[in-house]
Amino acid sequence: MDELFGIPLPLLFGQLLLGLINGAFYAMLSLGLAVIFGLLNVINFTHGAQFMMGAFAAWMLLNWFGVNYWFALILVPIIIGATGIVLEKLMISRLYKLDHLYGLLLTFGIGLVIEGVFRNEFGSSGLPYRIPPELSGAWDLGFMFMPVYRGWVVVFAAAVCLATWLVIEKTRLGANLRAATENPALVQAFGINVPRMVTLTYGAGVALAALGGVLAAPIYSVNPQMGSNLIIVVFAVVVIGGMGSILGSVITGFGLGIIEGLTKVFYPEASATVIFVIMIIVLLARPAGLFGRTA
Amino acid sequence: MTTTRRTILAGAAGTAALGGLPFRSARAQAANTIRIGVLNDQSGTYRDISGPYGVECTRQAVQEFGNQGFNVEVIVADHQNRPDVGVNIARQWYDQGVDLVLDVPTSSVGLAVNTVAREKNKAYINTGSATSDLTGTACSPNTIHWMYDTYMLAKSTGGAMVRAGGDSWFFITADYAFGHALERDTSTFVRNAGGRVLGSVKYPFPATSDFSSFLVQAQASRAKVIGLANAGADTINSVKQAAEFGITRRGVKLAALLMFLPDVHALGLQTAQGLILTESFYWDLNDRTRAVTTRLQPRLRDIKPNMASIANYSAALHYLKAIKDMGITASKLSGIEVINRMKAMPCDDDAFGAGTIRPDGRKLCPSYLFEVKTPAESRAPWDYYKLVQTTPAEEAFRPLAEGNCPLVRS
Repeated sequence: MDELFGIPLPLLFGQLLLGLINGAFYAMLSLGLAVIFGLLNVINFTHGAQFMMGAFAAWMLLNWFGVNYWFALILVPIIIGATGIVLEKLMISRLYKLDHLYGLLLTFGIGLVIEGVFRNEFGSSGLPYRIPPELSGAWDLGFMFMPVYRGWVVVFAAAVCLATWLVIEKTRLGANLRAATENPALVQAFGINVPRMVTLTYGAGVALAALGGVLAAPIYSVNPQMGSNLIIVVFAVVVIGGMGSILGSVITGFGLGIIEGLTKVFYPEASATVIFVIMIIVLLARPAGLFGRTA
Repeated sequence: MTTTRRTILAGAAGTAALGGLPFRSARAQAANTIRIGVLNDQSGTYRDISGPYGVECTRQAVQEFGNQGFNVEVIVADHQNRPDVGVNIARQWYDQGVDLVLDVPTSSVGLAVNTVAREKNKAYINTGSATSDLTGTACSPNTIHWMYDTYMLAKSTGGAMVRAGGDSWFFITADYAFGHALERDTSTFVRNAGGRVLGSVKYPFPATSDFSSFLVQAQASRAKVIGLANAGADTINSVKQAAEFGITRRGVKLAALLMFLPDVHALGLQTAQGLILTESFYWDLNDRTRAVTTRLQPRLRDIKPNMASIANYSAALHYLKAIKDMGITASKLSGIEVINRMKAMPCDDDAFGAGTIRPDGRKLCPSYLFEVKTPAESRAPWDYYKLVQTTPAEEAFRPLAEGNCPLVRS
């Protein structure tokens, strides 16, 4: 059998694919973080909790209201995005004039509170959410057994990332957004309602996190900690990609998923650390991140 | 801004002063109060296994023990599954007059607190940690290990899998004291029964939630059995993802070496059906277990107790009986004497039945091998287990001589 560094090739392909799937989650979450940071200059540490709320909202819709997965994919981002808008209006908007640190502390605290409330209500061992029947089953790829649902996650996440990138880079709305990032006062002078745009952007970033939560619900147990496990890694992805860089966060998300997947084969004990090692190296070599512009 | 901060500070100072007063006036009473500190995971992966429910079970024991001439107070803290946090709380508690530290799941924390109890000569009953080292190389005259350990799990679940033809294994192991002990003890059983261990992966705990990569590696090893040397949400995710990747459908068996009733509940019978697991308690096992569950139900609301949460009931009850037997004044002098008294007295309660405690601190009780019911077999909520096999108390645990416990050799 063909081998690479003592690992059979088929196994290696399998791991690359699995890494890509995890990378899809990293990409979607870091994309939301990057969009929010780009315009609001706030590091949204509530992101993990909002991802978790997305998964729980999908569970509630299914079990309490009989709303299936497909409708949840549309409804959950709207519902959780709306809670994000309320949060931005009531609290986060008050901190724009202050240092980044205040936004970070506020969102981190809110994240902890949300997590605590869900833990009190639902416990920590999680709730089952079944894979929708249309996506259950698996393909035999020869080198591995590939669940249909995981394939769907990669394709769907990639499509969402691409759509977000197109909206920001190729539309008028996106042009306004980018302009407001550069110089909010000037854009406002042109008659564009910048505060409303900021609010909606936060809502959209949160909606992306919630969408990630819906995608994750059938794979992981839906539990209150599911977001806090991810948020630190995702934050590292954003730093490596370059704070606020849309394309950077997407590419880095998928890339680091693959690197993490390979670490799980060669040295599994380090799989939780490898991303941070890369983060340190990138910060030393390119402080603005791989795709970031140096100020 | 400043005003607010000052108000908060003033408020905090006021609260501290108020909190201090009753403590001082209560100092005279302290000599007549036994304080039990339940130290466990209140917020992480292992919360639902014991956490707040373990605390309620302890309170139930205190209530049933009733007033026997001294007061009993139960206090609670969250160790967050971190040894440094656990050690700090235990040390502070013992210094402030806590007489017993109870529960302490997560073997790394359980072992760390073990050292503190010995250093302070206080009593320590561990019900939550699994590592068999607590009554082996790390055994202590101040410690009792209550209702299970990795050896017992390995012998019951591991033994049953090997007998059923599962003679080649691959382990997916949580990379800390517990996972290592469980893998080691199970491997020994597999090898002694003529089986082979084909490999293992150790994954970072508690930072892992995707197990697909490890499951695919396990499958590639062509082992007949995948041993899950993990617990809580990790086991739930492993089982869930093994089903997703069709691993069990291809004839590979999953051995969930440590699984509790709340884990099965979280998975749902559709996914969990057919799993083999070991517990030393099941609420629907016999009349006594049903009776104690009924009494506990108002405290636990719609949750059923499992061996880890209810072990706190059993342990606290036996502890309080020993305190009554030796007198509260004597009990305050030496943790070792309290533990010795507990070892000298036979245990009996509705949860685990009659039992004894060995010189190495091992509490003996039978272990039960269960199979998870299919959705069709389950007739009521929490009706999850079928009893497959019972291992009597004398055979369930590692023989006294084989543990390398220094207390036994001397």
